[in-house]
Amino acid sequence: MQSTIIWIIAIVALLGLLLAVVLYFVAEQFKVEEDPRIDEVEKVMPGANCGGCGFAGCRAFADAAVKAPNLDNQFCPVGGNDVMKKVAAILGYEVKEKAPMVAVVRCNGTCENRPKTNDYDGYASCRVKAALYSGDTGCAFGCLGCGDCVSACQFGALSMDPVTGLPVVDEAKCTACGACVKACPKAIIELRNKGPRGMRMYVSCVNKDKGPAAKKACSAACIGCGICAKTCTHDAIVLENNVAYVDFAKCKLCRECEAMCPTGAIHGVNFPKPLDKDAVKSRIAERNRKAKEAAAAAAAAAKAAQEAPKAAQTPVEPEKKEE
Amino acid sequence: MKRTFSIGGVHPADNKISRECAIQVLPTPPVVYISVAQHIGAPAKPIVAVGDHVKVGQPVAEPGGFVSAYIHSSVSGTVKSIGPRKDLAGNMQTCIEIAVEGDEWMEGIDTSDTLVTEFSDDNKEILEKIRLGGVVGLGGATFPTHVKLSPPPGKKCEMLIINGCECEPYLTSDYRTLLEKGEQVVIGTAIIKQVLGVDKATIGIEDNKPEAIAHIEKVLQEMRKVSSKFAGISVMSLMKKYPEGGEKQLIDAVMHRQVASGGLPIDVGAVVQNVATALAVYDAVQKNKPIVDNSVTVTGECFPKQANLLVRVGTPLNYIIDYLGGFPQDAVKVISGGPMMGKAVSNLEAATLKGTSALLFLTAAQTARKPESNCIRCGKCADACPMGLEPFLLNRLARNGMTEELEKQAVQDCIECGCCLYSCPANIPLLDVIRQAKAQVMGIIRARKAAAAQK
Repeated sequence: MQSTIIWIIAIVALLGLLLAVVLYFVAEQFKVEEDPRIDEVEKVMPGANCGGCGFAGCRAFADAAVKAPNLDNQFCPVGGNDVMKKVAAILGYEVKEKAPMVAVVRCNGTCENRPKTNDYDGYASCRVKAALYSGDTGCAFGCLGCGDCVSACQFGALSMDPVTGLPVVDEAKCTACGACVKACPKAIIELRNKGPRGMRMYVSCVNKDKGPAAKKACSAACIGCGICAKTCTHDAIVLENNVAYVDFAKCKLCRECEAMCPTGAIHGVNFPKPLDKDAVKSRIAERNRKAKEAAAAAAAAAKAAQEAPKAAQTPVEPEKKEE
Repeated sequence: MKRTFSIGGVHPADNKISRECAIQVLPTPPVVYISVAQHIGAPAKPIVAVGDHVKVGQPVAEPGGFVSAYIHSSVSGTVKSIGPRKDLAGNMQTCIEIAVEGDEWMEGIDTSDTLVTEFSDDNKEILEKIRLGGVVGLGGATFPTHVKLSPPPGKKCEMLIINGCECEPYLTSDYRTLLEKGEQVVIGTAIIKQVLGVDKATIGIEDNKPEAIAHIEKVLQEMRKVSSKFAGISVMSLMKKYPEGGEKQLIDAVMHRQVASGGLPIDVGAVVQNVATALAVYDAVQKNKPIVDNSVTVTGECFPKQANLLVRVGTPLNYIIDYLGGFPQDAVKVISGGPMMGKAVSNLEAATLKGTSALLFLTAAQTARKPESNCIRCGKCADACPMGLEPFLLNRLARNGMTEELEKQAVQDCIECGCCLYSCPANIPLLDVIRQAKAQVMGIIRARKAAAAQK
């Protein structure tokens, strides 16, 4: 009995040893050469596997980064500049800093601003709802409120506000991976520059209807009046298809457009002080008055300059006047 | 055993409560809004300007492409505006607004009731008349008829099938058309048959309409005496089953042939046209009358006044509802079309289209959705699917956005009949999810084809 047990142990041990040797040689023979830097890069990645960078996951990003000649076409929105610096350090590349982005919901069609015209009782998905009809309010462009963006967010940065019926972005959690942008069938959510200390301006409306129709559907709609574009001294606002759009690269955060917007469609967020609309309006009025005066003076001068040669042949006199 | 299609199908109660209501003419509304997108394909281009005076039957928009159709004024009056207006689903669509003044018809249109049985042998002339008459398939898809009647070279049509199934519950406009305008439908059938160059034509009618079957048989017997052109047309009584009026299901029922995935009816030698389309062909060819009106069933248990109305194209829904005594108190939902495939209307200010077949009023109890529960893998949806798809699988793939697998599972073959949703004991919104996935996959297929064509 005892010898049987010893035999069994001996045979199993011998077999294990033999197979280990075989496995060792096979592993040596069929070894896949992999750049060790891929592992290193993967270690510094956030590991969210969200796909926000355009690759299937963090490992795929690391693999592509190692193979690419530079990092110009790759950016991890979740890790941001810190992670990209680490990746660049491992690979010996240089990396340009990118301004941090954040998801912005461009719809202000709250239950108050945008009254319902019908009830939707179908499957609660924005995609399904958008495929069926224009939505349960008069606005065919605004938020449908079924929360496809909320379920698309892997970081818990989005939630539906039960009072307004609109999604709210938690800026601390948002990584700007862009999953919500893809999920929204109405293309309301946009990735925008976070701005200095989070301060930024944006038009919170995407309604392409003409002014009266847009206003009828939603009291906070952009009516495409163009006052903001005329007011802006930095040429940062473009008006296209009856909607204004603030170009964040040009915007200097003066908040003049926000003060002038007749429907309150332009929002400024994270500013330390609340906007004193009257002060800004009077400042703009003052500037416009001065500009008008200057223009009138210039016109008068030009007129005088035109008439001067006719009146007096000598060119010396007008020169003296200017002095 | 009567013929029917071989796979799937459901048996909803047919509720044809408006079947005894004769078609009555709705008075012309004070203003009509004629949409330029009343057919599948490119929207038509307006050819009138604001301020123009138009007569009934005058073309107001011309085809915007090969697959497109003429659109005619349904009233006489002055063009007030041309611009975007919300359609039945609330989406903006270019509409021509015409304020009605009198009822003056275009010269050459025969508005009398006399039956014209003789028709020309010149198929080209007939096709041109169909094209100029703006005739589109009135069974629901609104595909331009002249395109369908010109099969691609190399494809031979063996049988014309006229679709008189009207398998959707509640709808009775085709049934009334068969009863009241049977002669015109039969002549229209003979015209289409001649254009296609086929010997056989079958008018398929479900057996819940025995009066229509008997009437058309009687008409056929009389017509055969008039001319040899009516030989080869027969009536087939089909077993009642939804969705028998689906093009591919009807071909299966009548010819026992199945159209392959991605194929067209002409691949199996069939062309299907609706009863109302046959009538429109008769009007266009024999009477020079384009599509300016169509019959619309206005029904629902909560609707006090059932009716089958002959409505001018572009009549605002509000006007129809007011004419019949106003919006019923109990109704919470208005559906354009039948309860299975119809679309809920979100904007009652919208106007009817050529293809509007019914307005159905439903109560809260009738439309309430029961809470969704988990799939128990009973397979009822797969049993019910007339296209042989597996809705439970498509539902899961669609919810996970797996478009490649969806395409492999032929989601693009879905006819959106709603049998899966109707049969699901767990109340899973199968069709809602699948319809959206189908649109997505169709978009991918189209993009791929366009890319291949560019190369």
